[in-house]
Amino acid sequence: MIEEHISSVYDRELEAVQAHIMKMGGLVETAILDAATSLENRDEELAAAVRRQDLQIDELEQRINTEAARLIALRAPAAGDLRTVLTVMKISGNLERMGDYAKNIAKRTSVLAQMTPIEGATSDLRRMAQAVELMLKDALDSYIHRDVDLAQDVRVRDGDVDQMYNAMFRQFLTYMMEDPRHITGCMHLHFIAKNIERMGDHVTSIADQVIYLVSGEVPTEVRPKADHTAFITTPTEG
Amino acid sequence: MNDMRIVERDVDTQAIKFDCENVQVYYGDNHAIKDVNVRIESNTVTAFIGPSGCGKSTFLRCLNRMNDTIDICRVEGKLSLDGENIYDRKVDPVQLRAKVGMVFQKPNPFPKSIYDNIAYGPRIHGLVDSKADLDMVVERSLRRGAIWDEVKDRLHAPGTGLSGGQQQRLCIARAVATEPEVLLMDEPCSALDPIATAQVEELIEELRTNFSVIIVTHSMQQAARVSQRTAFFHLGELVEFGKTGDIFTNPKDPRTESYITGRIG
Amino acid sequence: MTDVTAAPASPARKTTSLYEVSARTRRRNAAEKRFRFYGLSAVLLGLMALIVLLSSILSQGMPAFRQTYVVMDVELRADKLDKNGNRDPADMAKLTTFAVAPLIKQATQTVATELGSDIEGLTDKMVGAMISKEAPGQLLRFVRANPELIGTTQSFEFLANGRIDGYFKGRVTHESAEMDNNISVQQLDLADAMVAEGMMETRFNWAFLTAPDASDQRPEAAGLGVAILGSLYMMMVVLCLALPIGVASSIYLEEFAPQNWLTDIIEVNISNLAAVPSIVFGILGLAIFINFAHLPQSAPIVGGLVLTLMTLPTIIISTRAALKSVPPSIADAALGLGASKMQTVFHHILPLAMPGILTGAIIGLAQALGETAPLLLIGMVAFVREYPAAPPEGLFDPATALPVQVYNWTQRSDPAFFERASGAIIVLLVFLVLMNTLAIILRRRFERRW
Repeated sequence: MIEEHISSVYDRELEAVQAHIMKMGGLVETAILDAATSLENRDEELAAAVRRQDLQIDELEQRINTEAARLIALRAPAAGDLRTVLTVMKISGNLERMGDYAKNIAKRTSVLAQMTPIEGATSDLRRMAQAVELMLKDALDSYIHRDVDLAQDVRVRDGDVDQMYNAMFRQFLTYMMEDPRHITGCMHLHFIAKNIERMGDHVTSIADQVIYLVSGEVPTEVRPKADHTAFITTPTEG
Repeated sequence: MNDMRIVERDVDTQAIKFDCENVQVYYGDNHAIKDVNVRIESNTVTAFIGPSGCGKSTFLRCLNRMNDTIDICRVEGKLSLDGENIYDRKVDPVQLRAKVGMVFQKPNPFPKSIYDNIAYGPRIHGLVDSKADLDMVVERSLRRGAIWDEVKDRLHAPGTGLSGGQQQRLCIARAVATEPEVLLMDEPCSALDPIATAQVEELIEELRTNFSVIIVTHSMQQAARVSQRTAFFHLGELVEFGKTGDIFTNPKDPRTESYITGRIG
Repeated sequence: MTDVTAAPASPARKTTSLYEVSARTRRRNAAEKRFRFYGLSAVLLGLMALIVLLSSILSQGMPAFRQTYVVMDVELRADKLDKNGNRDPADMAKLTTFAVAPLIKQATQTVATELGSDIEGLTDKMVGAMISKEAPGQLLRFVRANPELIGTTQSFEFLANGRIDGYFKGRVTHESAEMDNNISVQQLDLADAMVAEGMMETRFNWAFLTAPDASDQRPEAAGLGVAILGSLYMMMVVLCLALPIGVASSIYLEEFAPQNWLTDIIEVNISNLAAVPSIVFGILGLAIFINFAHLPQSAPIVGGLVLTLMTLPTIIISTRAALKSVPPSIADAALGLGASKMQTVFHHILPLAMPGILTGAIIGLAQALGETAPLLLIGMVAFVREYPAAPPEGLFDPATALPVQVYNWTQRSDPAFFERASGAIIVLLVFLVLMNTLAIILRRRFERRW
């Protein structure tokens, strides 16, 4: 990618659309952290800001799609360029979904703020969100530097997030069994945890895209899956 | 339906038609083709792409010995058609060219009637015995050239009076009339407008059922559209050869990547 | 990319109106106008030269196509023509012009007494001299052809003497006649009287195109018949030899010959041969065909061979140019279909090159038709009165050629011959124009076929 296209306008267009991705990534990172912080601090204003911010993310996604479609139509990109455009479209989709999850967390924050806090849960969620945010940051870095190793690392780290989710899932189950009054709050908290876990999956998908972008092959080896909640049938005693 | 087509395009490996090993071509002291190894399959469209002067046309012309007409041109290595070395001393290029037809960059119909254009090949090769046979061959060839409906009412009008796209399809029909096994096309669409190009490309896809087609083209999009196999030539070397889909999404060689993405390479 | 920024900044643009013509533009326009004027003057100068040339030749040569004839009755007296009275053709063959001369003399005397009685100083001798010296020969031929008419009186049309002929064409006047030994004022007066009587008239001169050459004393009888035949025979020889040889060698050189030093030398030499002065070919012809091969002198075959040598380079060069001009894509198409080299050449290249080849050949022929110098050297300048026989034997009979005839006539003293020479030039020009027209027609026709 060191070489430049014969058409310099083409280069600029490709750079522009990728710059949008970076901007979008930055917005999503902020949204994740802010959502987690607002949850922990019961900061309804911050939560409202996160919900407003999502509009911007959606607009950016729209714009990236339009520009990518234009690039395909006018430049007929091939090989690496084609993969770049395809990747950009997919990553923007992933980022948009992550933005939606952050918005959803912010919504639930407003509800949770009205309830009795559940001890330790929000800070655990914030740590989980931070882990995902860090993964996203690394995934985007690996995209910029076309760094397959870093992308692989991100894929592996999704396992940790899944572990965290598993732990919280059990924790929430325990709380709900201990005191039925916690059920509403725990349900909300559980959805938040699930949202963060889904965000991790989207980050993994971004890392997959980076690997495809660089190597031309979609990673096939099964990445470490640690979300075993689907197999949990009986509540485990805390 | 689209899925069907993709499956069809992604052909299984066919029988080998041309087997070229260590081919070297020299123009005087100039080493024009360096050590090319390629296997061209039957019932497949193979595209040769590469920048100007990369040797793709030169290599194409080796396949029916059109380079013989150039005194200073020398070909080394093994080029075999169905296992027979075409540069063997016993091979008469005239017979070879009846088996390996050629279509050129500029439509070049003979300044004769449409009928005579098609009939010329079968006549000189003695493929027909009677006028009725010849009429049949002409009609069949024109149908294969996808031009029958346009010219059936004026078979005795001059071929040079047709439009550029029609002329090129006439030339393809003329090449097909001698029942070749391989059809070489040297940038057949470079002088045509997009509609005529699309018609010729559609024709190439149809020809694949009966012939092995090798096409040299400057348009990478055309190579991507019509071919199942693509060979990328650069500075006289065969840089990469493989399935067209792979070459255009995920080329292995950085030179191929640079060329097909329009970078200075 | 970087080039754009690296390019030097353009100097500040001056705002000018398109309505104002700048000084530089005005200078350029003036230069263009001047150049157009020079070109036009050159064309006009050339055109003027052509007009002067044509008008001078036409004004001098056109009279040669008209001839004055004298009509008179001659009594074919049996006592002079057939002393034995048996009309034996063998005896007739022994008759000479001396035998018939008195008959003509008698006829002219009759005319003189009828018309010339009031012309002072008119002698019988003068009256007899008004008729061409060809007249006795003409009469003799008539008698030999029609012996049964001996004893009757027949009306004959004799050629008028060159001077009398010249009088009606304006070449001879009363003033010039006074200073001329060969003609007298009285003769001119009598001629006027004869015209008034309808005994003398001037009309189109077919004999000029058909008759053979005549001696110095009889310019009025001289014609181009032998010269035209001789030229025709030579052209036949040139066409039959130069065209096939030229075309065959061009095809070989252009399409088959390998590119090496030998073919390079041949090519250079062909170009050089085209520039060799034609008289050199004459010397060559003299040495090879006459001195070495012992072919007859003055024969069209030798002239034709020499002209063939001279025309070959022209034909080869023009044929090669015509072959080269056939687009190589046609040859590619044929070769790509599996045609052999020869099939390609004969089925495709040659038919397409035909107009060019024919044009070249005809221009070469026209050049040969007008060539004089080499023919002088091989003896075609001889005085020939006998028509050559029909070909092929006729090719070996003596003959002359049109341009040589022109040269020959201009050498003679009688001004009537000068007129005839100009007439011959017109004939030659007409042939050349016809050939060039043919070349153009052939080219158009072959081109239209595609």
